[in-house]
Amino acid sequence: MARLIGEVILDLQNVSLSFGGVNALVDISFDVREHEVRAIIGPNGAGKSSMLNVINGVYRPQAGEIILRGEHFRQMNPYKAACAGIARTFQNIALFKGMSVLDNIMTGRNLKMKANIFQQAFWMGAAQREELEHRAKVEEIIDFLEIQHIRKTPVGRLPYGLQKRVDLARALAMEPQILLLDEPMAGMNIEEKQDMSRFILDVNDQMGTTIVLIEHDMGVVMDVSDRVVVLDYGKKIGDGSPDEVRGNPEVISAYLGASH
Amino acid sequence: MGFFLEVLIGGLMTGMLYSLVALGFVLIFKASGVFNFAQGAMVLFAALAMARFSEWIPGWLGVDNLMVANILAFIIAAFLMFVVAWLIERLVLRHLVNQEGATLLMATLGIAYFIDGLGQTVFGSDIYKIDVGMPKEPVMVLQGVFEGGLLINKEDFIAALVAAMLVAALALFFQKTATGRALRAVADDHQAAQSIGIPLNRIWVIVWCVAGVVALVAGIIWGSKMGVQFSLVTVALRALPVVILGGLTSVPGAIIGGLIIGVGEKVSEVYLGPLVGGGIEIWFAYMLALVFLLFRPQGLFGEKIIDRV
Repeated sequence: MARLIGEVILDLQNVSLSFGGVNALVDISFDVREHEVRAIIGPNGAGKSSMLNVINGVYRPQAGEIILRGEHFRQMNPYKAACAGIARTFQNIALFKGMSVLDNIMTGRNLKMKANIFQQAFWMGAAQREELEHRAKVEEIIDFLEIQHIRKTPVGRLPYGLQKRVDLARALAMEPQILLLDEPMAGMNIEEKQDMSRFILDVNDQMGTTIVLIEHDMGVVMDVSDRVVVLDYGKKIGDGSPDEVRGNPEVISAYLGASH
Repeated sequence: MGFFLEVLIGGLMTGMLYSLVALGFVLIFKASGVFNFAQGAMVLFAALAMARFSEWIPGWLGVDNLMVANILAFIIAAFLMFVVAWLIERLVLRHLVNQEGATLLMATLGIAYFIDGLGQTVFGSDIYKIDVGMPKEPVMVLQGVFEGGLLINKEDFIAALVAAMLVAALALFFQKTATGRALRAVADDHQAAQSIGIPLNRIWVIVWCVAGVVALVAGIIWGSKMGVQFSLVTVALRALPVVILGGLTSVPGAIIGGLIIGVGEKVSEVYLGPLVGGGIEIWFAYMLALVFLLFRPQGLFGEKIIDRV
């Protein structure tokens, strides 16, 4: 692979998050390097999604820091995260159901659109030119993810696997530096999983996008990721290359039960 | 036959005006999940602003051209509605993000009373008139086709035309522009919209501004028909059955619902009224809404309410 893993781009330090009396995350620290595929794994309820939601700003941690490109944040919010180049997909697909695939992906370009509301309302040159430019970029992404045949279809009518792909396309339309994927392969059959793995690797390879990925299918994770963080009951129990993690006794017991 | 058509057309024209008010509800509900109880107050406030400014401006600027005064008054009133929209977002809604629907509803109820009071304090509480030069006399058409022709109220016709144009313009804006797309995105899924960088706060201001302009146009039309007075607030109540019929989340629903209710009211008044002693017009819409609530609570075009068990 030609890509070069770079400096630390995102660094989480001592992040703790609780809901009432439930500790979802306890003192978690890990970093993400530029251009790498970083996976977060763990059994159900380990706090993987919570972790992602902290990075993206949906949840506000009670303690800890998020350091993004050297800038320190106590917490993010989804809009700020988007502006800072963090895109995400959702575990339970959160597409705009009433809109076509094309429109859904076009919304991903929103932050890059500069024409003001009056230029748009009166369909003036600037707004029109901009729309065409962004449309061209969106068509590239559509080609990339091989969804040309469904671009006019309302997403509500698409099968699950394709909706997941549109969700990814919308995130890619933001041309993010960091892409957070929340169980991109959950509920897919083998063929769809293989497609999705290929797309994830291609995105990482060809666009240089840093990827943070949650998955509980161990096989997939080990194949695609450079480094893996393992969570269990909100605590970090392992961190390292896929091989290191695989050999870690604590990880094995978390996944297979106490006896080993 | 000629008479029936006359009633039908009259109903369609009134219905278009109901649609206009209903549209205000639908816009805000779609984008922010708030049932805006203040819509009626906004109509009154806008109409008051329009009536009073068009009265004051000739004195201030020394112009006595009615047209110029009206246009200036419209611009000022529209601007005022933008300010109101911005303040509502800034002072109230922003602090209630992610609260229960009932909390938001109560908040808009409060806003309604506040705007009612503010409007009457600033602009006075008498009955004022809006004169935008609408022709009052009815006109006879199709005299060759039907015996005696069809009598059409010119004022209603123009009002319906304006309402239809506004609705069409808004529909185009929603379908064809980037901001419209962002609005639809927010209406579909708040969280996803935010995560791709659509600023919720700005979208809400835009929606309330649009609803403000819709209220202004509705206020002008109803105000010039029945005078600007407190009872304009109830115009919004008459639009309630329309949104129940059409579905709270559907723009086409608001339009078609408005037309159905407009026609239903007039036709039932004329043909059923005499049998039960008249007065059907007042409650017909609510009866229809009640039937819908029983058999199709999501309305004609609303999203089906599915609860996962």
